[in-house]
Amino acid sequence: MEAFQFNQAKTVSSALEAVRSQTEAKFVAGGTTLVDLMKLNVEIPKKVVDINSLPLTQIESTPDGGLKIGAMVRNSDLAHDETVQQRYTVLSEALLSGASPQLRNMASTGGNLLQRTRCYYFRDTAYPCNKREPGSGCPAIDGFNRIHAILGTSEHCIATHPSDMAVAMMALEAVVHIQGAHGERNVPLNDFYLLPGSTPNRENVLALGDLITYVTLPPLTNGTRSHYLKLRDRASYEFALSSAAVVALLSGHRIQRVRIALGGVGTKPWRSMEAEQILEGREASENNFRAAAEAALKDAKPRHDNAFKVELAKRCLTRTLKNVTQFA
Amino acid sequence: MSSSVIGGPITRIDGKLKVTGGAKYAADYPIEKLAYGVAVPSTIADGKIARIDSVKAEKMPGVLAVFHHDNFDKLYRPAGAFEELSRPGESRPPFEDGNIYYYGQFVALVVADTFQQAQDAAANVHVTYDEKAPLVLLNQATTSNTTLAKKYSRGDADSAFPKAPVQLDQTYTTPTETHNPMEMHATIAVWNKDKVTLYESSQGVVNHHNVMSEMLGIPLENIEVISKFIGSGFGGKLFPWPHSLLAAVAARKLGRPVKVSVPRTLMFTTVGHRPATQQRMRLGATQDGKLVSFQNDILQHTSLVDDYVEDCTQVSSLLYSSPNNTAIQHLARLNVGTPTPMRGPGRTPALFAIESAMDELAIKLNMDALELRLKNYAETDEASNLPWSSKHLREAYQTGADRFGWSKRNPKVGSMRNGDLIQGWGMATCTWPAGRHAAEVRVRLLADGTARASCATQDIGTGTYTVFAQVVSDKTGLPLGKIQVVLGDSALPPGPTSGGSSVTSTVLPAIVEATQKAVDAVIQVAVYTPNSPFQNVDAKTLKMTQGRIHAQDKSPDTGVPFQDILALRNLVGLDGHAKTDADPDVKKFSTHSFGAHFCEISFDPGIARLRITRWLTVIDSGRMVNAKTARNQILGGVVMGIGMGLFEATIYDTRNGHPINNNFADYIVPVNADIPEMDCIFLDYPDTVLNEYGARGVGEIGLTGVASALTSAVYHATGVRVRDLPIRMEQLLV
Ligand SMILES: Cc1cc2nc3c(=O)[nH]c(=O)nc-3n(C[C@H](O)[C@H](O)[C@H](O)COP(=O)(O)OP(=O)(O)OC[C@H]3O[C@@H](n4cnc5c(N)ncnc54)[C@H](O)[C@@H]3O)c2cc1C
Ligand code: SF4
Repeated sequence: MEAFQFNQAKTVSSALEAVRSQTEAKFVAGGTTLVDLMKLNVEIPKKVVDINSLPLTQIESTPDGGLKIGAMVRNSDLAHDETVQQRYTVLSEALLSGASPQLRNMASTGGNLLQRTRCYYFRDTAYPCNKREPGSGCPAIDGFNRIHAILGTSEHCIATHPSDMAVAMMALEAVVHIQGAHGERNVPLNDFYLLPGSTPNRENVLALGDLITYVTLPPLTNGTRSHYLKLRDRASYEFALSSAAVVALLSGHRIQRVRIALGGVGTKPWRSMEAEQILEGREASENNFRAAAEAALKDAKPRHDNAFKVELAKRCLTRTLKNVTQFA
Repeated sequence: MSSSVIGGPITRIDGKLKVTGGAKYAADYPIEKLAYGVAVPSTIADGKIARIDSVKAEKMPGVLAVFHHDNFDKLYRPAGAFEELSRPGESRPPFEDGNIYYYGQFVALVVADTFQQAQDAAANVHVTYDEKAPLVLLNQATTSNTTLAKKYSRGDADSAFPKAPVQLDQTYTTPTETHNPMEMHATIAVWNKDKVTLYESSQGVVNHHNVMSEMLGIPLENIEVISKFIGSGFGGKLFPWPHSLLAAVAARKLGRPVKVSVPRTLMFTTVGHRPATQQRMRLGATQDGKLVSFQNDILQHTSLVDDYVEDCTQVSSLLYSSPNNTAIQHLARLNVGTPTPMRGPGRTPALFAIESAMDELAIKLNMDALELRLKNYAETDEASNLPWSSKHLREAYQTGADRFGWSKRNPKVGSMRNGDLIQGWGMATCTWPAGRHAAEVRVRLLADGTARASCATQDIGTGTYTVFAQVVSDKTGLPLGKIQVVLGDSALPPGPTSGGSSVTSTVLPAIVEATQKAVDAVIQVAVYTPNSPFQNVDAKTLKMTQGRIHAQDKSPDTGVPFQDILALRNLVGLDGHAKTDADPDVKKFSTHSFGAHFCEISFDPGIARLRITRWLTVIDSGRMVNAKTARNQILGGVVMGIGMGLFEATIYDTRNGHPINNNFADYIVPVNADIPEMDCIFLDYPDTVLNEYGARGVGEIGLTGVASALTSAVYHATGVRVRDLPIRMEQLLV
């Protein structure tokens, strides 16, 4: 770890001020990603601005019946919030499937969206890595890549985005509220993350010094059901090899509206509109689920050690759809 | 013979110290003026150091020195196999030359005033190498880097196998596994003139002491090795590793105490591991399931520096009755650090292959897996031609089968359903050899009415402190709270290394004898001292119970507390000292523990989700000395076996020999959610060939056989036979 300057911000404006025109400044929320990576010399900020005291800790209903979640709301608090548990079940389930209780007590909503990949080579500075040092190469492509992505990859990077929460939020069509040097803007989560392309170092649309203040969830039509399923080697405390978030509204046995996102397989939390299109207006049946899963994975590009993820992701989605649409 | 203090569920006497933070581990000692050493590991696995650039690091704040092969003291190789108890983890002294044999090999040591300064400077030591492409996988080995290590043979298996009516020929592999005890290795070296004290995390202070004397080239009496508490070792701390020497030499050169800790990442490279194995099993049987031929061809890896043998031959030679049996083991030299025993060495990988093959043979024969085991039950040890000292495996099978409900098993694959889930049932044998070594113990009865037992063995977390107190209590009648046990210091009377599940059986006779001698000494004083209530009484008619000396034929209340006798002569205490040998009777018997695992898994075929739902183990390992710690060892062993079956594998990047999952997030072991309801039954038959209590050991047996019970259950549920551990969901996406 390198020496760094440390500031504590009490207000949003002072937080923004503290990082203004600093190229190597970072906010720290729960620190469960940042401090970890600083210890590994993967992140070497010159200045760290603590945002734990910012008044961004509320979970509030919005006038339109949606939910507004402060960036500093801890993962545990969000998971156990009554409204989230009842109306946005998929989010609660996704959060509780992630990390451990201790980590969830620290991890924040903003920090979770911005957590970095678990690619072994990214986390070890003895290796080159295009995400860490643009242009240096990607040792994962010809290395051990069992945990790596099969969707959205490029020849420059095949790392997954590891968040569970973000996958659920993708299916809930969340919107990210950002404050920066040039004021405030809202970005749908679907447009927030970037594909690696030739710039895997750029993971999202945030500009230097941008602060996530809130995430909002649009209201859900009454009767909407949702579910998150996570598959991994051990039963708990591990990142997803494959996961699926499904938010669906049925009318009888017909799927009226469905939103689908996959985790563990994409270079970003993976919304699958292809799968949604196959299902909307159709019967909730095993055949249609499988067809949707085939559509979601049709562009999958497996590597040496992760070919199994193609079938695993299909099964994961099929099962999640089945669970969500099961008739009481 | 003994009271309930032996065998009952006794709580560890050191438990409170551990849970309250009072127990000091090697790295915890607060030493004045301590300097911190951080090692620089090699980032290649084969080649030579071209240049070490330490100019920048040396100028960094707090840095005291940067050591490497050009500026280190001369070190020697240990006697190793030429002497008793002189075994290093790695025989090559650190910094011997500029050669690199494995990724993570120490190439430099930075010492600084603080740990942070040393770590920072270590990151700024730049090493360049002349690099060669390494060999790191067992399947990359060729005959040119393979040598014969062990060979066992009886009868003529080569001719019997092809003629056998039913044949099974399959190959099984187990991956490299890393020990990963919670407490990482650490050494603090403190010199006082020409004498050095080493605070270690060691499973064998006596061996450590000997090896340090040889490798440092200084007399034994100038070294003391202290290891009071160990955050477990699983075998990884049996033998000294290079960091211990680095700390000792750095401290000597700097004239200042130095601590060197091994970080988690280097736990995967530099302090041993269980080597990968590949075992080709060939079993020949008659149509009714009698083995006529049993062959195991084993290949394992070792390092380029040492020959470490993970002996899979012995258990292959004796587990089942068969007139023809061969077990041949080869070593392949790879660019990895030296492997070292990991809980249940040899038997654990061997039983994965043997018990998997037996399960596959049973299926071929259309026979129940348990029935096949009974049909080939070894009534004697056919490898040594000795009778078993005590073997109740048949009863273990039966007890387990009854309790588990094995007779209700429908052998048809996928036939046992629970809603959408498929159940699989599997079983396997477990076994571990029992032994007893030489030991010396001192027991002192003290004027304050307490006793003190001491021995240079150590408690690695298994309950050795408690065993000492239990035996002294049993033989004196003193309560556990009045018995102090002192272990983990090479200055004490030499005791055994904590390995091979043999400490309890080894120290028991010595504690018994030493305690008896101390009691006898008190009785002598009682008999020969004026004003003693027992003056001139025949010593043979006296005994000590409840801490009191009294006439054998009268109750303890009629006697006096032993300390009153000491007071008559103003004595501070009386000693008993015993030195016991490896029991000669052991050579007339084959001494092994046995047992059986039964397990149930549930499989969700739609999402390839495997969960273990039930586990039962029945153990025949002599008499239990402590029901609590024994159960703890068996259940812990099974949990580790579940990890072996489902998760554990050190994964090397073949391009550079780097274990890329060298941390606890990526090298996964079971969490609570992976562990089902477990039960363990002890048959509790004393094996008095080993000691008067009839205790064998329980530290390792629980782990053996677990992985094959699991893969058998997985086959039963899914029809997929996993022959390459660990079981992964990619194999189950059927
Ligand atoms: C052992 C382990 C296991 C884990 N397992 C899982 C798992 O199974 N599933 C899962 O989803 N996650 C898992 N995680 C990741 C965990 O969820 C994230 O580390 C956590 O959510 C990050 O939140 P934080 O508040 O601690 O972020 P921090 O570490 O504080 O910050 C992360 C990044 O976000 C930036 N940042 C934080 N807040 C803001 C903001 N408001 N505006 C702008 N930038 C901001 C920081 O500058 C930093 O770059 C695991 C983590 C660990 C250590
Ligand atoms: S996959 Fe991406 S993060 Fe991993 S090494 Fe390649 S470039 Fe780096």
